[in-house]
Amino acid sequence: MVGIALAVNQIKDMFAVVMLAGIYGLVSASFFVAMDAVDVAFTEASVGAGISTLLMLTTVAMTGRTEHEASHKPLLALILVAITGGLLIYGTFDMPYFGSADAAVHNHVAPRYIYDSMKEIGVPNMVTSVLASYRGFDTFGEVTVIFTAGIGVLALLSVAQRPKDDAAIEAINDSMHEKHLILRVAIKTMIPFILLYAFYVQFHGDYGPGGGFQAGVIFAAAIIMYAMLFGLSAARRVITQPFVQLLSALGVLLYGSVGVVSMINGGSFLDYSVLAADPIAGQHLGILIIELGVGLTVASVMIIIFFSFSARREYQQANKGGSL
Amino acid sequence: MTMILGLYNYWVVIVLMMIGFYIIIAHGHLIKKIIGLNIFQTSVFIFYISVGKVEGATAPIWQEGIILYSNPLPHVLILTAIVVGIATTALGLALIIRIKEAYGVIDEDEIQAMDNQAMVNQDKEHQ
Repeated sequence: MVGIALAVNQIKDMFAVVMLAGIYGLVSASFFVAMDAVDVAFTEASVGAGISTLLMLTTVAMTGRTEHEASHKPLLALILVAITGGLLIYGTFDMPYFGSADAAVHNHVAPRYIYDSMKEIGVPNMVTSVLASYRGFDTFGEVTVIFTAGIGVLALLSVAQRPKDDAAIEAINDSMHEKHLILRVAIKTMIPFILLYAFYVQFHGDYGPGGGFQAGVIFAAAIIMYAMLFGLSAARRVITQPFVQLLSALGVLLYGSVGVVSMINGGSFLDYSVLAADPIAGQHLGILIIELGVGLTVASVMIIIFFSFSARREYQQANKGGSL
Repeated sequence: MTMILGLYNYWVVIVLMMIGFYIIIAHGHLIKKIIGLNIFQTSVFIFYISVGKVEGATAPIWQEGIILYSNPLPHVLILTAIVVGIATTALGLALIIRIKEAYGVIDEDEIQAMDNQAMVNQDKEHQ
């Protein structure tokens, strides 16, 4: 990983750099598996190696491939980095050793999560029970952050729809189609399975690794693949932009309303035990619904981001074609 | 020797973090800065996950007969941080695209030069 990071520093061709960043994401995902963090590895593999590489490639395609030599001397930066790194390494001498079970992190709230969550929540995957129940507030905040980022991208990159550009865009799409016949056939057979897998990840998150975040990203990946190979306008016919925007807001709303309903039922905000007669059943119900909310928001925000990026690109291309 | 084996994970994290930091401050290209930020971010992820690892433990999914699990808390924090990270990265990239459209370049120095030039022109107009 250090090697890849160093290569990113040296190489000037942005395409190679972005590819290396994707490999870096995949390597770190396998590292997370080795560290027992299967849920995290799942997320990193789909996000770090998948979606983020894709978005960066789109940006590189729109902004140019080469990097110019920096005019200022990097020596000062190097010295600063060396000093900071030295101080941080000095700081590690007091840290607990790797893998030791008596480190401070393992002695505060973690034992309760590990040993009581089966009794209190009834969900085998502790990561899910901590994510959705014990730390439901944090997750709610994070879903809101993702939603806000989606709005931000939309505000920055949205293109005013002009019907006269549509013909030009269609022409670009059609020319792209003929080049990728094999890919299109292969992807078309894969997409249903990817979507099915996303649903499995979504609803099986209680028992195995998975949950709303991963499922959302996988679901979005299937739609994005479709949009890449069949053209944006075809994908827009399947899922319209206003519909996705509505879904992203609906996900956050669903999450928040679960909290409000549990308040109405006499518990505190996001306390699922009061949602059903049996506290365990209530927890199950609550986790299922909020994971659904998370999945909805994540998937639709990812789709919104991709749609905005590629719509911007088509808009630029159409404009360029018109002016030349 | 035990110290090196016990602390090497932190050192890897620090080396990665510093490479990311160096990319951010030494390179002018904005996309490269974002990738630098990503590397920095990943180093923090690795730090959290490696802190949560317990020697001889298994993944935190409840199973009959297993009593030693790795700490699930850092996993939760990082899981959400990754998805939030991609959302903010996308926002950054969107800003870069707009900068490219407005200036025509995405190198920090050139943008700075253009800004300064615009400022000088403005001053001249005022005089």
